[in-house]
Amino acid sequence: MLDYEILRVIWWLLLGTLLIGYAIMDGFDLGVSTLLPFIAKTETEKRVLINTIEPYWEGNQIWLVLGGGAIFAAWPAIYAVSFSGLYLALCLVLVALILRPVSFAFRNKYEDTKWKGFWTWTHFVSGFLPALLTGVAVGNVIIGLPFKIDPFDLSITYHGNFFQLLNPFALLCGLVSLSMIIMQGSIYTAMKTEDALHERSKVIAKYAGLLLLALYAVGALFTAFLVKGYIITSEVIANAPSNPMYKTVEQGVGVWFHNFVDMPWTLLAPALVILGVVLVLRFIKLDKMFCALIASSTAIFGVVATAGVIMFPFILPSSYDLTSSLTVWDASSSQLTLQIMLIVTIIFLPIVLLYTAWVFRVLRGKVKPSSIEEEY
Amino acid sequence: MFGLDNVDLSRIQFAYTVGIHFIFVPLTIGLALLMAIMETIYVKTGKEIYKQMVQFWAILFAMNFAMGVATGVPMEFQFGTNWSYYAHYVGDVFGSPLAIEGLMAFFLEATFIGLFFFGWNKLTKIQHATVTWLVFLGSNFSALWILVANGWMQNPVGSYFNLDTMRMEMDSFSALILNPAAQWRFLHTLTASYILGSVFVIGVSSLYLLRKKNVEFAKRSIMVASVVGLISTLITAYAGDRQGIIIHQTQPAKMAAIEAIWDTESYPAGVTLMALPDQEGQKNLYAVRIPGALGMLVGGSISGVKDVIIENEARIRSGLIAYNSLNEYKADRTNTQARATFEQHVGDLGYALLLFRNLQDISKATDKDIQIAAQGTIPKVAPLFYSFRFMVGLGILFFVFFTTVYVMTIKNTFAKSRCMQYIALWIMPLPWIAIYLGWFVAEYGRQPWVIQDILPTFRSASHLSAATVWSSLAGFFIIYTCLVIVDAILMVRQVKKGPNNG
Repeated sequence: MLDYEILRVIWWLLLGTLLIGYAIMDGFDLGVSTLLPFIAKTETEKRVLINTIEPYWEGNQIWLVLGGGAIFAAWPAIYAVSFSGLYLALCLVLVALILRPVSFAFRNKYEDTKWKGFWTWTHFVSGFLPALLTGVAVGNVIIGLPFKIDPFDLSITYHGNFFQLLNPFALLCGLVSLSMIIMQGSIYTAMKTEDALHERSKVIAKYAGLLLLALYAVGALFTAFLVKGYIITSEVIANAPSNPMYKTVEQGVGVWFHNFVDMPWTLLAPALVILGVVLVLRFIKLDKMFCALIASSTAIFGVVATAGVIMFPFILPSSYDLTSSLTVWDASSSQLTLQIMLIVTIIFLPIVLLYTAWVFRVLRGKVKPSSIEEEY
Repeated sequence: MFGLDNVDLSRIQFAYTVGIHFIFVPLTIGLALLMAIMETIYVKTGKEIYKQMVQFWAILFAMNFAMGVATGVPMEFQFGTNWSYYAHYVGDVFGSPLAIEGLMAFFLEATFIGLFFFGWNKLTKIQHATVTWLVFLGSNFSALWILVANGWMQNPVGSYFNLDTMRMEMDSFSALILNPAAQWRFLHTLTASYILGSVFVIGVSSLYLLRKKNVEFAKRSIMVASVVGLISTLITAYAGDRQGIIIHQTQPAKMAAIEAIWDTESYPAGVTLMALPDQEGQKNLYAVRIPGALGMLVGGSISGVKDVIIENEARIRSGLIAYNSLNEYKADRTNTQARATFEQHVGDLGYALLLFRNLQDISKATDKDIQIAAQGTIPKVAPLFYSFRFMVGLGILFFVFFTTVYVMTIKNTFAKSRCMQYIALWIMPLPWIAIYLGWFVAEYGRQPWVIQDILPTFRSASHLSAATVWSSLAGFFIIYTCLVIVDAILMVRQVKKGPNNG
C-alpha cells in the first residue's frame, strides 16, 4: 500500500484537479448562460448560443458532482463541515443547479416569447449564481469558517450565519470567479459562432480578461495585508489517524504567503494567471479562439491553484476554534479508502477524458443559424 | 412549528426530494433500455419506423432525464448539508460508491446523452446505437453504485469502527461491492424500473390505438415493451425473494414487521396473508394464514417482534459497556483493559447510541431507559405489513398484464381490444406506486437506524435550527411542485402531438 502521507497529498492534488476540471469545463457553459440575455440580440442568436453548449453542459457539470463525491469519499470531514456550515448558501447554489437542466429541456417546448424569455433568465441564474457563489465560498474558506468540532465524538457545530459569508474579501473572490468564467464563456462563444456574435464575444472576452487580472491583483494585496492566514505550530505527523483535535494552530496577517517564501516554485501559480491572460489578449487579436481558450484555461488553472497553494496544508481552517481547522494531514479518509479510490480514479478518469474528447471531436465546428432547424 | 425538530424536518426533506427524484429516475432507466432495444432493431432491420420510435420516446426521455438531473444533485448535497454527522461517521465507506457513481456512471450518461441528440447526422447507424447503449449503461451503473451504497446502509459489511477517528472505516472494498443486500436490491430495483418503463410505453401507445393514430408505431412499441416487461417481472420477483432471505438474516426487526410476526415461529413458519396488527398489544387482531409457506421461502425459524426486542435490550446493555469503556480509554490511552473491553463489545456500540434520543448522558441510563430504547428498535408493523403486501399484489398484477398484452399482441388482437387499451392506459400510475411501496418497506423498515445496527437516524443529522430547515424545505417544495407541473403539462402535450409531428 502507498504511504498514507503520499496518498493524502495525491488526494489533495486530485481534489484540485477536479475543481480545476469543473472551472475549465463547466466554466465555459456557465459563462455562456450568464451572457445569454446580454449578447444574443435575436431569438436565433439565443438558440445558437444555447446550442453551442447544449450537447456538453451535462457532462461538464459532472465535474462538480464528482468533486462533491470525491470530497465525500476522500475528505469526509471537509464535506460534513462545509456543506452543513454553508447550508443556506448551498441551497442557493442548488436552486441554480435545479434550474439548469430544465432551462435547457423546457425552453424550446413552446413557441411563445414570454415563455422563452422566462427560461432565458433561468439560464442566466443557473450560470451566474454558481459562477459567483463558488468564488464567494472559496473566499470564505481562505479566511476560515466559524465552526467547532467536538473533541470526543467529532460532531460539528457552526457558529456563523449566511450574511457573514457576504464579506468584502469573499465578494472579491466571487468577482474573480465570475470574471474568469465570463472570460472562458465568451472565448468559447467566439470560437463556436460567426459574425456579430463572434465579434461581440471577443470584446467581452478581452475586458473580462483584463478585469480578472485586476481583481486577482487586488485579491493578492488583500491576502498579503489584511487576511489572517493559518499555520500549524505543533509537530506535524503526516500519517497519523484523521483526527484534527491533536494539533495547535496560530493565525496571523501575511501567513498565507509563507508557502511562496518556503517553496518559491509555487509562484508558478500566479505566474500562470498573468501569462494566461496575456496570451488570451494576444490570441483574441490574432482571432485564434481555440488557442485563446487554452490560454484562458491556463489562467483558470493558475487561479484555482493559487487558492490551493497559499493554504496548504490547510483545506478548511476554522476561525472560531483554531484547533478544529481541517488539514491535509487530519481530515482525510483512511489509508485503504484513499488507496482504493486512487486505483479507481487511475482506471476511469483517463477513460472519461478519452470519450469526452471523442464527443467534442464528433461535434466540432461552428454552430450556424441554419443548424437550429435540425434540432429535436 | 407543528412540533417538528431539525431531525424530523431533515427526514421529511430527504423523503420529499428523493420521492420527487424517483418519479423520473425509474422512467428514464426503463425508457433507456427500450430505446436501446428499438434502435438495435432499427440497425438490424433498417426499418425507419424503429428510428422514429427511438426519436419519439427520446423526447419524453429527455424531459424526464432533465428532471432527474435537476432533482438528483440535491440528494448528494443533503448528505453533507442535513446529515453532516452521518457524512463524518460513514463517509469513509459510504462516500466511495457515491464518488465511483460519478466517475463511472454520471460521466458516461451525461457525456453521451448530448451526442445522442446531436449526433444523428454525424454518426453511422451502428455508432449511434452504441451511444444509446452507453447512455443505458450509464444509467444502470448509476443504479448499481447507489444501491451498493444503500445496501451497505441495510447490511454494513466490510467496515469497522476506528476509535482514533471516531468513525466507521472500510476494511474490505470487495465485501462492500459483493454485499448480497446490495446485489439483489440492485437487480430488484433495476428490473422494477424496466417494468415501469414498459407499462409507460404500453400505456401511451394504447392511447394512440384508442384514438386510431400512429397505429403501426404503437403496435411495434407495445410488442417491444411487453417482452421487456414480462421478463423484467419475473426477475423482479426472483430478486425480491432473494432479498427476503437476506433481510431475514440481517434485519430481524424489519422481517418481523413485514410479516407481522409477534411470537417467534419455528421452522417452517407460516405466512400471514391478511391481518390487523395491533402494535400496542403486540398481537394480530385477525389473521388469515397459510402454515409453513414462509418457512419454505426463507428457511429457518423467524424471530417475532417480542424476541427481537428482548435481544436488542441485551445489545443495548452490551453497547453501553462499549461506550463506557471507550470513554475510559479516551481519558487514559494507557488503559489497555478498557480498550480490550471495548473491542469485545464494539459490535453493539450503535445500540448504546439509541439511548441519546431521551438522555444527555447515556452512561447513567436506567433499566427503564434501556427498555424504552429497546421498544423503539421495532418499526411500526401495520404500515410495513400492508405496504409489502400491496407491492407484491401489484407485482402479480403486472405479470398478468404483461402476459396478456404479449399474447394478445402475438395474436394481433390487442390493437382491436378497446377494453385492454383502456386498462393499459389506467394501469400507468401503478408501477410508481409499487416502487414507492418497495422503497418505503426498505427505508422505513430499517428505522430507527440510518445504518443498520451502527448509527441511529436521529444521531446523524447536522446541528441546524428547525427554522433553517423549514426554509429550505419550503423552497424545495415550491420549486419542485412548479417543475413537476410544468413537466407533466409538457409531457401530455408531447404525447398528444405524437411521433409524426414531434
